[in-house]
Amino acid sequence: MSFAVATLAVLISMILVLTRALLGPTVFDRILAVNSFGTLTVLLIAVVGFLQGRPEFLDLALVYALINFIGTIAVTKFIKFNDMGHGQEAGRDSGDI
Amino acid sequence: MPPVLLDLLTWLFVIPGALLLIIGAVGMITLPDVFARMHGAGIIDTLGAELILIGLMFQSGLGIVTVKLALILAFVFFTSPTSTYALARACLNAGVTPKVDQEHSAAISRGGRS
Repeated sequence: MSFAVATLAVLISMILVLTRALLGPTVFDRILAVNSFGTLTVLLIAVVGFLQGRPEFLDLALVYALINFIGTIAVTKFIKFNDMGHGQEAGRDSGDI
Repeated sequence: MPPVLLDLLTWLFVIPGALLLIIGAVGMITLPDVFARMHGAGIIDTLGAELILIGLMFQSGLGIVTVKLALILAFVFFTSPTSTYALARACLNAGVTPKVDQEHSAAISRGGRS
């Protein structure tokens, strides 16, 4: 029962956060919303795994948490430098995302 | 521990976690600015997620499932503030300025107490 409540709260939050990702005036609003959506997806995978009595889903949640972080950092770097590698012109504050 | 007590502890952690998730999501809708919306994202990413995962730990018993939950908790706890920090640096670098109370900040820059 508590898992159902948690699933419902996660789904409501996902809808609200996705609304911000669609509405967001700047690209940074969208990145922030997608980052939060990824965290909520990790929670949803974990809670639905417990809800169905199959906690093996936690492996997927673990991998998703890592990929979410890497993806957010990569998109932020791409927005900032317009390049995924470190170009010559990007060396003004290198390594400082 | 008896199962009733574990269920009670789970409720005690899941209900505040669920409330904090919804509060953070509503904050991301209603707050006026990117830098203000990061506060809502912070509520979702740290306390809401942590409380729900701790609540799940009471149901899993001692074993590999609890270890996996603890690993997810640690990753989310450390990576979400890092990516929010990187995003704030990218915002400032791209020229997005925070919306502030103009009158208040002008009073501070004149050296007066607001």
